[in-house]
Amino acid sequence: MSSGWTTKALAVLAKDIRTELRTRYSLNALFMFAFTTLVVVSFSLGQLSLNVQVLSALYWIIIFFASMSALSGVFVKEEDGKTAQTLRLFARPSVIYAGKLIYNMLLLTILCALLTPLYVVFMNVTVPDWPLLLVVILLGIIGLSGATTIIGAIVAKANVRGALFAVLSFPILLPLLVAAIGGTNAALAGAGWDGAENQVRLLVAYAVIMITASAVLFDFVWNG
Amino acid sequence: MALSLTVEKLSKSFGARKVIRDLSFMVSVPGSLGITGRNGSGKTTLMKILCRLVPPTKGKVAIRDGDAEVASAECFNYLKMISPEMALYEMLTGYENLKFFSTLAGVHLYRAEQDKLLDRVGLVERGDDLVAAYSSGMKQRLKYAVALLAKPAILLLDEPTSNLDDAGKAIVREIIARQKSEGMLIIATNEAEDLKQVEYVIRLDN
Repeated sequence: MSSGWTTKALAVLAKDIRTELRTRYSLNALFMFAFTTLVVVSFSLGQLSLNVQVLSALYWIIIFFASMSALSGVFVKEEDGKTAQTLRLFARPSVIYAGKLIYNMLLLTILCALLTPLYVVFMNVTVPDWPLLLVVILLGIIGLSGATTIIGAIVAKANVRGALFAVLSFPILLPLLVAAIGGTNAALAGAGWDGAENQVRLLVAYAVIMITASAVLFDFVWNG
Repeated sequence: MALSLTVEKLSKSFGARKVIRDLSFMVSVPGSLGITGRNGSGKTTLMKILCRLVPPTKGKVAIRDGDAEVASAECFNYLKMISPEMALYEMLTGYENLKFFSTLAGVHLYRAEQDKLLDRVGLVERGDDLVAAYSSGMKQRLKYAVALLAKPAILLLDEPTSNLDDAGKAIVREIIARQKSEGMLIIATNEAEDLKQVEYVIRLDN
């Protein structure tokens, strides 16, 4: 992988960040969905004391649906704006994929960095093991970005994108969500690294497999 | 042998509708070709096939550099296309678009070189404006600046003078004149004036 390749991938990332900051296309969708859901859930549950399994599931449900509302946008914007064909004439598919993948990771990292402390406060959560929780969230972000980036590229070429993105994402993301919820549950229950070992392994394997497979398949999806 | 573009027995169908049938031709550098035909005859489709943006149903498109055939994945390094169906980033300025695409093309453009490119298409005073604020003719001019920054050996122009005023058409004809003497030019158009600029013309009539 040459420095030229890295420079080009970072140029795609920088372009997406710059246009996003000017349009707020994905940021608004992502954050409004996440915070609206959090506030609604928090107020509707009132002072109910939820067990850590429910709290873990709710956290990842919010992230999943927020992702569904925004993360396909990186490719939909290119197809709708007719810039996808221009991009195809200037860059290798791997450069585009890397730039878009890092962009989606960045969006999700910002979302989780803002959502997690608010979730802890609003839902009155006690976190006995912050390092484990952060590792689970980080691995969840990597796996989620890997899956939604390639699904976004597939969906961008379809006519009924909104429904298709969620329909395609759900079965592909199910193992990730189950492992992320299990890992979060272990962190909130204070089960320690031993208690979350299987979930962490599954999250690492999912991220590696998803990103490797996506990088290989992206050429066919992008030029197909 | 110089750079050449060869099309062999190319066919393209959309479902049962055959748009292009058994088309074969070859163009070498320096050289120029015009493609004409009524609306829906497949001009834009053929241009996209030549750029590898659309796969043919049958047949082959090959770029040869000397005796060697250029790998399909490397073809984008040899050709660029300007088409009404392709766009630049509306939420970037003219300069930002130039900088972005020059980075992707692996070309380092200093500001003076960017100025020169924009000046060539008459946009230097609007280079700091967002493309969203450009007229359709200005957007078309900027596409020329972006395509030319990579100094493509093969330049494909789909409806090259659409949306352009007289000054814009003069700029395009200067670009056409230079490209056909230094590289390869393929134009898809029904404008008689544009077709006068090329050596050979193919008429697509299904």
